[in-house]
Amino acid sequence: MNAWFSVFTALVAVIALVLLAMLGVETIGLKSIFGVIIPYVAFVIFFVGVAYRIIGWAKVPVPFRIPTTGGQGKSLPWIKASYTDAPWTTLGVILRMALEVLLFRSLFRNTKAEVREGPRITYASAQWLWLAGILFHYSFLTIILRHARFFFENVPSFVEMLSSVDGFFQILVPTLFLSDLAFLAAVTYLFLRRVVLPQMRYISLPADYFPLFLIGGIGISGVLMRQVWKVDLLKVKELTMGWFTFHPVVPEGLGTIFYVHVFLVSCLLAYIPFSKIMHMGGVFLSPTRNLANVNRSERYVNPWNYPVKVHTYDEYEDEFREKMKEAGIPVDKE
Amino acid sequence: MELDKLPKPEEMQIDLTPPESGWMDTPVNMRDGTYSYPAAAKNLKILDMPNPREWSVTADDWKLPQNWQEIILEGFKERLEKYRSFKLFMDICVRCGACADKCHFFIGSGDPKNMPVLRAELLRSVYRKNFSTLGRMLGRFSGSRELTLPVLKEWFYYFFQCTECRRCSVYCPYGIDTAEVTMIGRELLNLVGLNINWVIEPVANCFRTGNHLGIPPHGLIDMWEFMVDDIEDITGIKVDLPVNKKGAEILFVTPSGDYFADPGTYTCMGYLMLFHELGLDYTWSTYASEGGNFGLFTSHEMIKRLNAKIYAEAKRLGVKWIIGGECGHMWRVMHQYMETMNGPADFLEEPVSPITGTKFENSKQTKMVHITEFTSDLIRNGKLKLDPSRNDRFRVTYHDSCNPARAAGLMEEPRYVLRNVVNNFFEMPENSIREHTYCCGGGAGLGNDENLDMRMRGGFPRANAVRHVRDKHDVNRLICMCAIDRATLTALMHYWAPDVEVGGIHELLANALIMEGEHERKLDLRGEPFSGEEEDEDV
Amino acid sequence: MSQTLEHLLLKKRSAILKRWLDLIFDTYPADGRSFFASRRNRIANPVGGAIVDGVDKLFDWLMQGEKSDVRDICVFLDNIVRIRAVQEFSASHSIGFVFFLKHAIRETLDSELRKEQLHEDLLTFESKIDSLALLAFDNYSQCREQLHQIRAAEIRNRTSRLLERACQKYGMPSEW
Repeated sequence: MNAWFSVFTALVAVIALVLLAMLGVETIGLKSIFGVIIPYVAFVIFFVGVAYRIIGWAKVPVPFRIPTTGGQGKSLPWIKASYTDAPWTTLGVILRMALEVLLFRSLFRNTKAEVREGPRITYASAQWLWLAGILFHYSFLTIILRHARFFFENVPSFVEMLSSVDGFFQILVPTLFLSDLAFLAAVTYLFLRRVVLPQMRYISLPADYFPLFLIGGIGISGVLMRQVWKVDLLKVKELTMGWFTFHPVVPEGLGTIFYVHVFLVSCLLAYIPFSKIMHMGGVFLSPTRNLANVNRSERYVNPWNYPVKVHTYDEYEDEFREKMKEAGIPVDKE
Repeated sequence: MELDKLPKPEEMQIDLTPPESGWMDTPVNMRDGTYSYPAAAKNLKILDMPNPREWSVTADDWKLPQNWQEIILEGFKERLEKYRSFKLFMDICVRCGACADKCHFFIGSGDPKNMPVLRAELLRSVYRKNFSTLGRMLGRFSGSRELTLPVLKEWFYYFFQCTECRRCSVYCPYGIDTAEVTMIGRELLNLVGLNINWVIEPVANCFRTGNHLGIPPHGLIDMWEFMVDDIEDITGIKVDLPVNKKGAEILFVTPSGDYFADPGTYTCMGYLMLFHELGLDYTWSTYASEGGNFGLFTSHEMIKRLNAKIYAEAKRLGVKWIIGGECGHMWRVMHQYMETMNGPADFLEEPVSPITGTKFENSKQTKMVHITEFTSDLIRNGKLKLDPSRNDRFRVTYHDSCNPARAAGLMEEPRYVLRNVVNNFFEMPENSIREHTYCCGGGAGLGNDENLDMRMRGGFPRANAVRHVRDKHDVNRLICMCAIDRATLTALMHYWAPDVEVGGIHELLANALIMEGEHERKLDLRGEPFSGEEEDEDV
Repeated sequence: MSQTLEHLLLKKRSAILKRWLDLIFDTYPADGRSFFASRRNRIANPVGGAIVDGVDKLFDWLMQGEKSDVRDICVFLDNIVRIRAVQEFSASHSIGFVFFLKHAIRETLDSELRKEQLHEDLLTFESKIDSLALLAFDNYSQCREQLHQIRAAEIRNRTSRLLERACQKYGMPSEW
């Protein structure tokens, strides 16, 4: 598929979603549908879908222990083994997974100091990928945590703290959060990388651009709601708390931008179980990372191991017995 | 003069303009030198494998069964239910591109479908079409496509253009292992009779005779005796040659390539000398005469069928434990599959070195120890008399073979042995060794002659790193612990770095080994003088 | 070569080389192209490294005029030709990259060449490029020849011991 066509389709899809929300709320006035029903449906799809996918993976057996060893394995006592890259204990595996999940260890390998030669400079695009990945995921997490203020009657203190650190620089009024900036920058980088690098453009599908645009749209609508078309936060909280108590009431006077934001988030939630965003669950189950390199010291059972046709020694000796005797090789049956 | 008369570069290469169409619409170009020949029908018959027939890769008609799509999709479904790795790797790739420039075939050729991500997408596109709801609904927008004949041909071309080296899996943030994808891809191809002879013939031979070349037992013993004679010429010592000896303490298994093919033969002579010097109570086996297992390049079932003879023979001979020789993919099998497939080997004992008393804790379940673990333990305990200066002629570098490095974590042991048997050891650049090691370009059954151009391309990143140390440190000997390496790196060096020779660890060890009662040794195992000068100059 | 042309070539050296490199990299698929052209180190990107270095040295050699020795340049020519000989190219495409330099020069120096009337000098210079192409042709043939030798050697090596043993056993001459 042509690369630009992929970008275009994904963009059109996201714009259509935005227009749909605007149309639905402003023209037809379906506020309760966009403010209550769709978010509920999205949540249900998200939870059921994610659980279904993860259970689906977990149900499939892991027949063999196949860790990728990223360092010296445990062998003789005087040889220094790599505790997290070729782990041989459960703790080692947990650390390896933690490094993988929290710090993107494998992606970071790209940045390992390289021998630089000659007058040429060394490009470090892989390094940027790691950085953008970290920025993207952590700012996303921060933003989600900040949203906790809408879901608790009394805002938890860590959320307050997070918000004040995040808004430390007090750029603009109301404060523009650092995480918002980092988030939008990272999304932009991840998008540009896909369209600018030919090999990335070549491998990218609409399914790669769509979530980027969707998430970008969520970010932008969120920032707009804060900085430009300001929305009454108390009313927002009234709605969100209503969701939780199962008595949702749609307050009057919430701007369309709010519904666009909520609709895009709902779309994202509903889309996650069907998409590559499931990688967040999958990484924990990956057999090359979550198994210890104890292949020769501990038994590993394949639940579907079945007998196969082999060529036995007896069959072998039957075929070659005379020759073996001639050559002085001991045989079982004379 | 008219400037415009000169043909422009664009005009000179009409058929070369790289495809601007998307990867799904770019059919594969089977060019001589880049693919392997199909498996012969007789070999498939020996193994009871489906669809034995004569066919040609370049022909339009691959003589597939009528319902080949059905067979493959059925097999696909079955494997999704049996391998979590496979299902997960079909689902979670985000196409971040971290693996793109890690494959040696991509680095050497620039062919986009050699990017690991795209190699896997060849299967994923069909997966989405047939096994994913959203994929079916959205069609090409979700990156799904029908399983058609061109797609199948693409599978054949690119899954037999992956050496299952696992380099990409080191860099993948989700641990997606293309080797796993390729293995399943090849299994699916096997279901409709698409396989290459360089894999299937060794498998068929190994199944019947116990080794890849199909050498019968009396032929084997002849070869070993030949080595014994050579060793006697060089050292003046006639070494023991225990074969199929019942009640021996240790069974020794090594790839058969080292019995017949130079320079692997010298490594094999090294084993004979070492074991003799130690007075080890061990035995060779003619039935389990193959450490290698090309089943790994065929299907999981075939791994098990071939591997079964190792434990069976250990049991029949009544040995206590097993030592395995220098081999690459063999160690993927022994380390990650053997015990699960054919174990538990309750009839064996936990390996203990009879010389040093060291317990090999890491092998207490499989009861199989790697030769460099065994030897480095000997050296560490001062059990060997070594004269590394005999190897002074060699300036040595070490190539980590993919499987011992990335599937077993065997990286230090071989280096420890090497540092004790040579005085001049130099590492290649950091991003080309240990877990980052580049493949030789001929693993996973691709080390054949018809595929030579592709091998030279794929092996170039490795060869280039060798050239780097050759230019910097005058390196003239490339050491590896893999029989496939010893064969393919020899060709690779011939082309890219002709002054670098290839050899194994135990060849150099045997050169340096001072044996009890040896006569004054002037020649190394290759019959060349230690000093590197002609003998008459000694006078 | 006249002073003026030499001067011009030196002055525009980097522009000419850049164009030459672009033309060479354009012979690869889009994705490979950008990877090869990336300035990664030579271990991670050996193909790109060899081409970038090689082109540099080839140009310098051409600039040396009368004094230049063929042996000086063979290594660098070989570094490029050897790679292209095993990539997805026909013979003409493998060595055609040498001629791309003509194109790069004509394109880059177009207006100057017209203004200064340097076409005759350019012809002299270009005949040197032609001889470089001939060298590349030799080199290419050598590479392909070597591949055939490797094939033969491999087949021999694979069973070398068996054959040797058989010869010994049946009293045949061991070298034939």
